[in-house]
Amino acid sequence: MRDAFIYDHVRTPRGRGKPDGALHEVTALALAAHVLKAIKTRNPIDPALVDDVVLGCVDPVGEAGGDIARAAALVAGYGLTVPGVQINRFCASGLDAVNFAASQIMAGQQELAIAGGVESMSRVGIGASGGAWAADPSIAIQAYFMPQGISADLIATKYGFDREAVDLYATESQKRAAKAWGESRFTNSISPVTDVNGLVLLDHDEHMRPATSVETLSALKPSFATLAEQAGFGAVALQAHPEIEFINHVHHAGNSSGIVDGAAAVLIGSQEAGKRWGLKPRARIRAFANIGSDPALMLTGPVDVTKKLLKTAGLSIADIDLFEVNEAFASVVLRYMQAFDLDPTKVNPNGGAIAMGHPLGATGAMILGTALDELERTQKSKALITLCIGAGMGTATVIERI
Amino acid sequence: MSLALTQFKLDIDQDGIAHLIWDIPGKSMNVFIEKTLDELDQVIDYVVKTDAIKGCLIRSGKADSFSGGADIEMINHLIDQAQNAQKSPQQVQAVLKLVEDASRMSRLYRKLETCGKIFAMAINGICVGGAFELALACHYRVVSDGPNTKVGLPEIKIGIFPGAGGTQRVPRLAPTADALLMMLKGELLPSETALKHNLVHAVVPKDQIVTKAKELILSAGSAVQPWDRESFKLPSGPVYSKTGMMIWPMASALCRKDTYDNYPAARALLQAVYEGLQVSIDLGLKIESRLFASILKTTAAKSMVRSLFVSTQALNKGARRPSTVVKSNLKKIGVVGTGFMGAGIAAVSAMAGLTVVMIDRTVELAEKGRDTAAATIGSRYKKSPSASEDQLAATNRLIPTDDYAALADCDLIIEAVFEDPDLKAKTLAAIEEHKNPEAILASNTSTLPISGLAQTLKAKSEFLGIHFFSPVEKMRLVELIKGKDTSDRALAIGFDYSRMINKTPIIVNDARGFFANRCVLNYILEGHLMLAEGIPPAMIENAARMAGMPVGPLSLSDEIALDLIHRIIRATQAALGATAINPVQAEIISTMVETHQRFGRKNGKGFYDYTPGAPKRLWTSLSQFQKIHLEPDQLDIDQIKFRLLATQALEAARTMDEKIVEDPREADIGAILGFGFAPFTGGPLSMIDGMGVDLFNHKCDALKALYGERFNVPKLLRDMETRKSHFYN
Repeated sequence: MRDAFIYDHVRTPRGRGKPDGALHEVTALALAAHVLKAIKTRNPIDPALVDDVVLGCVDPVGEAGGDIARAAALVAGYGLTVPGVQINRFCASGLDAVNFAASQIMAGQQELAIAGGVESMSRVGIGASGGAWAADPSIAIQAYFMPQGISADLIATKYGFDREAVDLYATESQKRAAKAWGESRFTNSISPVTDVNGLVLLDHDEHMRPATSVETLSALKPSFATLAEQAGFGAVALQAHPEIEFINHVHHAGNSSGIVDGAAAVLIGSQEAGKRWGLKPRARIRAFANIGSDPALMLTGPVDVTKKLLKTAGLSIADIDLFEVNEAFASVVLRYMQAFDLDPTKVNPNGGAIAMGHPLGATGAMILGTALDELERTQKSKALITLCIGAGMGTATVIERI
Repeated sequence: MSLALTQFKLDIDQDGIAHLIWDIPGKSMNVFIEKTLDELDQVIDYVVKTDAIKGCLIRSGKADSFSGGADIEMINHLIDQAQNAQKSPQQVQAVLKLVEDASRMSRLYRKLETCGKIFAMAINGICVGGAFELALACHYRVVSDGPNTKVGLPEIKIGIFPGAGGTQRVPRLAPTADALLMMLKGELLPSETALKHNLVHAVVPKDQIVTKAKELILSAGSAVQPWDRESFKLPSGPVYSKTGMMIWPMASALCRKDTYDNYPAARALLQAVYEGLQVSIDLGLKIESRLFASILKTTAAKSMVRSLFVSTQALNKGARRPSTVVKSNLKKIGVVGTGFMGAGIAAVSAMAGLTVVMIDRTVELAEKGRDTAAATIGSRYKKSPSASEDQLAATNRLIPTDDYAALADCDLIIEAVFEDPDLKAKTLAAIEEHKNPEAILASNTSTLPISGLAQTLKAKSEFLGIHFFSPVEKMRLVELIKGKDTSDRALAIGFDYSRMINKTPIIVNDARGFFANRCVLNYILEGHLMLAEGIPPAMIENAARMAGMPVGPLSLSDEIALDLIHRIIRATQAALGATAINPVQAEIISTMVETHQRFGRKNGKGFYDYTPGAPKRLWTSLSQFQKIHLEPDQLDIDQIKFRLLATQALEAARTMDEKIVEDPREADIGAILGFGFAPFTGGPLSMIDGMGVDLFNHKCDALKALYGERFNVPKLLRDMETRKSHFYN
């Protein structure tokens, strides 16, 4: 099997996912088209020869519905020959898009593809696409459905992370993100979003609060205690993990991923395609995997999928120089580090979604790019990118710098 | 066309309204039997074909009620048909026939609401189950405003769910959350609530229901139900909408919270509403019918219908009452010892219309007991409109005194003094001295063998034990303890009294622990031993509730009081020797009580810590009883659940083996009503039947290998396995 290489990566800055956010006026289509245009501009390729555009999107309804990938490719001027497909594996969609595209290339069925994702959480709204998992009793009861925040609190309770531990982690995420921006570590990947007149709407991640401290966070009330109590989800959690007497609700807006708007794209191709267009390969996509995990804990999939991936790739945890673990909630990353006994400096060194936000369908492609930039900056070799996923799944990818 | 009706009367008035009066001959309450449906079907055809009839008004010929829904026989027949269909060699045809038969009521109601003529129902009194589903199919529903009028769909309580359109019509009238709550809880609604939920059209005084219903028929435009109109909108909007996404995830969560997913009918009910609201009413009814038939096939439905419906009614009607004794007519009773239990007994007796002499050592103590009883009576009548009058009358029937002579004209005297054999003997002797020789004497005891207490009595045959459960006003069970000399007359009067105070009595032969406490003590023991094994305490408690128990064994220990358990263990050891107690349990309890002064809820310290105004929390130092801590993710939760139920079921089987309980219905109902044994199983013996005695024995053998002799299977169960027999045929 041949290799799939990453040739480029670009992302939008992340706008606050509210009506006062800088990207709220930008449609999901425009966001997706924006990063596709950037790829086209930055790379000397014939866009009409791109074999596919694979975009992740978690709430593909309304303006984001009906296969936004094809529409975005057309708007971005790739030509009529370029198809597009929108995929959805909840929060890992953007990373899965990369893996799907890479699969086609590795299998010799495609030469050049773009993978990425888009989410306008301010315009479409989280949960807008509904879904049987939450609403249909035949799955909701069986799968112990509960809102993710309650699962995150369940993880914190089960694995012993108290309020101070999660708040400390959140503070660190903010500090690291601020430092990364301060040192312009993201500059190569950021493509500022402009209006129709070319005026900049947003050129930085808007959600960050660098001044955050454990003290400021301590003022926030837990977000999910009332819901757990009044809507029955707390009882559901205890039936799934009956060794727990009561849930310690530790998560709040300050130690959970931010709701933001954004898009990302990754240019992936074969070695031949790179040679043909004069592209410099930046990294090899070494291996990837998906797995289902306990749907009640929901967000521990990264642990399970990492074990699976290391095994199939013939790697050990020590072979990995850098980890990007999506900061859906602080307890997710803390549990991941606990499970593998990781050095915290190797995990999310430039901050993560707690500081900069989590545009659901795009995040996987974004943090893959963040990992790639960091490998290059530090001259390290291998990074593992992983995300927790709704309904209890995990996706992970190992990339290797060239 | 002529109608030969036996269940109904049909009169047509001068305004062209056909009055269909439901009045089953020879019964106090209307119920559905097949014939009712046959005749209703004919009536619909008749109404349609008779031009002179403008509309039909359905009402009851019974003064105080509309209908209690389907007859036991009808439900039982369907359950049997469903159970047999699965075993039938022509399974497909048998299941098709089942779906057809189980949906008959539903199809008939659909015929009624689409027949083209207007139907209305005038309801006074109880209108539940299939009867209320008939009401929902009528174009108009008028209910009376009295406190005795209640409507609802309580099917879930016996392990099935509304299968005649209830799951489709209720959520097309009421907001989804209200509709689900009403059906999942099986709650009966007073008229005003039914009106608020849009389930009825009008609430009027009892004497105006017919006029009002008639007025609605005459002023109605067309006989089309809201859900059959183009303009129809669901009360809470589509399932997949913002509102829907607020409701449905929570509905599943609350369903699991309340049922621990042990009740297939609850899940099916939710499913029927969820799927039904996304399609037309006709398709929704079909979906409901399919799910309804599937639920009839479940072991839970079979067991629950049998125990909670059939057996309970049979026991209440006197299946186990000595039949040769003429029904007694109790007027006045005595209660001696007016502490917490005595006051409770006095209260429920007074509310049943009995005059109650309350005796204690001093008048002051007796009056204190009277006040406690009066408070209980007060809380019962709090919600009733005729409260003050009934409450006053009941309270006035309490006669506190210290004079045993007041017992002379009592028909039944219940001794309820402290559980001390000497004190009891002294008290019983004093009562016997003053009582009418005809009067029956009963001792309320939970631990002392009755035959022992009888020894000092002159008339041993006129004496029995009545084991009340605490709190008396809430617990629906009593154990009637038959001593070796207890007469049939004494037993029958004990039975009649139990029914007067609205309790379900089971008859238990005299033996240590009787029936219920033996099972409960085993349950608690298992919890204590699990703790010592290293299972996380919360997991023991949660597993118990997940298994269907109302409270975990550690919590129950605290409620009973650890010092009392300590005394029971010591008394057992004194009476039966050291081998009769479990040393591991004895060690835990004595450490709790003697070393730490943790007596349970009563002193705020037991297996839990109790802080006023805050939820109780497991004592953080329980790990001192654990040499090792087992890893929860490695433990088999299903095995823990089974252990907690099996230890009780084995004990229940032993009481049958030892002929302490003689009828499996009494063991099952006793366990459910007495200590809340997992109702979805139908009781401990039904549980064994339900899973199959061979599998039960096999699983107990495996537990015995792991945990010891207490999981030894009694001979009765071995014999049943060999003979392939059941507790119920």
